[in-house]
Amino acid sequence: MALGQLAGALGLAKGTVHGLLRTLQEVGFVDQDPASGHYLVGVDLLHLGSVSLDLNELRSISLNWVDTLAARTGEEARIAAYRGGEVVIAHHVFRAGPGAQVIDTGSVVPLHASALGKVLLAYDPGAARSIVGRTLDPLTFRTVTDRPQLVRELADVRDAGWAASVEEVEPELAGIAAPVRDRGGYVVAAVGVDGPVERICDARLGPRADLVDHVVRIARSISRVLGHGRDA
Amino acid sequence: MTAKYVAALDQGTTSTRCMLFDREGRMISLAQQEHHQHYPRAGWVEHDPVEIWRIVCRIVPEALAEAGVEPEQVVGLGITNQRETTVVWDRHTGKPVHNAIVWQDTRTADVLPRIGADLAPEEIQARSGLPLVTYFSGPKLRWLLEHDESLQERAERGDLLFGTIDTWLVWNLTGGTNGGLHVTDVTNASRTMLMNLETLDWDDRLLEAMQVPRIMLPEIRSTIGSFGNTVEPVGGIPLTAVIGDQQASLFGQAGFDSGDAKCTFGTGGFLLLNTGTDLIRSQHGLITTVAHKMEGERPVFALEGSIAVAGALVQWCRDSLGLIRSAAEIETQALTVEDNGGCYVVPAFAGLYAPYWETEARGIVVGLTSYVTKGHLCRAVLEATAWQTREIVDAMNADADVPLHHLAVDGGMTADNLLMQTIADFLDVPVVRPMVAETVALGAAYAAGLGAGYWPDRRGLRRHWRRAAEWQPAMDPRLRDAELANWRRAVELAIAWGA
Repeated sequence: MALGQLAGALGLAKGTVHGLLRTLQEVGFVDQDPASGHYLVGVDLLHLGSVSLDLNELRSISLNWVDTLAARTGEEARIAAYRGGEVVIAHHVFRAGPGAQVIDTGSVVPLHASALGKVLLAYDPGAARSIVGRTLDPLTFRTVTDRPQLVRELADVRDAGWAASVEEVEPELAGIAAPVRDRGGYVVAAVGVDGPVERICDARLGPRADLVDHVVRIARSISRVLGHGRDA
Repeated sequence: MTAKYVAALDQGTTSTRCMLFDREGRMISLAQQEHHQHYPRAGWVEHDPVEIWRIVCRIVPEALAEAGVEPEQVVGLGITNQRETTVVWDRHTGKPVHNAIVWQDTRTADVLPRIGADLAPEEIQARSGLPLVTYFSGPKLRWLLEHDESLQERAERGDLLFGTIDTWLVWNLTGGTNGGLHVTDVTNASRTMLMNLETLDWDDRLLEAMQVPRIMLPEIRSTIGSFGNTVEPVGGIPLTAVIGDQQASLFGQAGFDSGDAKCTFGTGGFLLLNTGTDLIRSQHGLITTVAHKMEGERPVFALEGSIAVAGALVQWCRDSLGLIRSAAEIETQALTVEDNGGCYVVPAFAGLYAPYWETEARGIVVGLTSYVTKGHLCRAVLEATAWQTREIVDAMNADADVPLHHLAVDGGMTADNLLMQTIADFLDVPVVRPMVAETVALGAAYAAGLGAGYWPDRRGLRRHWRRAAEWQPAMDPRLRDAELANWRRAVELAIAWGA
């Protein structure tokens, strides 16, 4: 909203409203769009009353569940959250089988191309806002770089309650992820599995229904531990 | 054909859990409940054995019901338990004569010198494998019998029974006053300071030193074998294994063979190295203990070293200092800096255990300058656990001719990635975390399943083991040596402070 609109709605002088907005902006309850100069409801206001979860704490709380997801699917499992403009891995569990694997906790995955990122884009207003006006980098020939198409896909993610990414980050790799909610119902993290397309997807290159089911169930279990659906 | 399962009853220091596992070693149900901790005086810790038995009566049927499993479908039940905790009860009434004296309880500090006067500590260690410290059951039992003279008399008449928690539970599970079996297994018996490691039987010289009448002691059986059938709270389940909790965790980590080691990082830390059928006597302050014994086979031994204060130091930073809000935040703080900034913390809150056994040592923080921040302090806190682990591993490598090739880890602190990386760096071996966090219960289930013939052999069980994470060492050896030298100097100061 423009300053004039706000001042009109409140019946206050523009100078007064500007001062109020400055204060609200300083504490993060109001954001200002740098291009238009218009004001938006700040991201921190949406999380009012809930202290943002430490990523190490998120790992400690979700460890047994993410382990279980990896055990049930045999694939690599991760839980990630949106922090400082990026999707940061909080916990990583190896896939089954021999061969060297390296823990990638603390590293980042692409917001618009990975399944974990798409879940956070779909549900975390801060994440959604961060890509406004930014170009969507093509990582493979399948990466969605067209904004209207991405917006449609994110609506599908919200409708279905999970996201998939098939060869959108790297060729031959696919992932499935689902949202993790806190006590207030806000999405605070995404949990999912990654693996080769031939194991993650069915013959028509869609994510396997049984894997989607495992991911969604684990996401629900972690949400319960975080207090979702529990009376304060 | 109805599916068959194996059950584990894990009686720990703070809670009791019952779990069912399927043939692939997957947990299919869990019931648990905490019990009360009683602190009658500073340094004293007690549990009510009757409360623990009531909890068992509740959670065993609960675990079966949760999975929709009938008792006939359970081929075997394995019991694993907090070790050394001492119970004495009346064989006629089934009532304990005193609360259980918990392993952490230090009331026997005054009794130890008198025991040492009756039998030299070196002789006690040669026979039992244990140093003369407050942990073990024998001195706790002597304290109980001395504390109330009528007990000594009743014990000698044969009216009283002694047991560690496993013995108390098996006796009650198999009928209690109505024909309950008074038995224990070698792993638990090896923690009483009453058993001779070579004969695997009660040792007359040790009994004499602790003034314990033999008549009150349970029969020692193999870890994996026969402990009768349950009568209460559900009948007809064969008891096929009894194993102490740390030995169970080694077994649950598939540490069946010589050279396998595991470390559990909880409030404290417990590192066990399987030394095979060789009984190795430590020259470096470690405990020699029985890892497990299959009926009809030779016993498998282990060297054990414990860290008194590991996660407890992090809890102290949270609860007593208010340095962090949650235990996990220690890692967040530690990651705000590159190194310890010259700061070292030696958490000798109640002395130092293996390999030092300096009971008078006290905790210190050294190397403070105005440069040191909260982050440096948090890093030093995590490093303290890693260095203590390194010192135990060094002692084990010096004692046993089976060098450690990797360290399997479990316990709550394995969620701390920085700590796990630091341990890999300080030890210079990979650190591996398995998929199943519940290694204690899993170990008891493995043992019970082998005892019941549910699984044919240990080799097959190895296939269930799956790696969840691994940390590779990545520290410059010169830096490691320099830091180790600094840590050792800090330890010397902690010892000197208490002297």
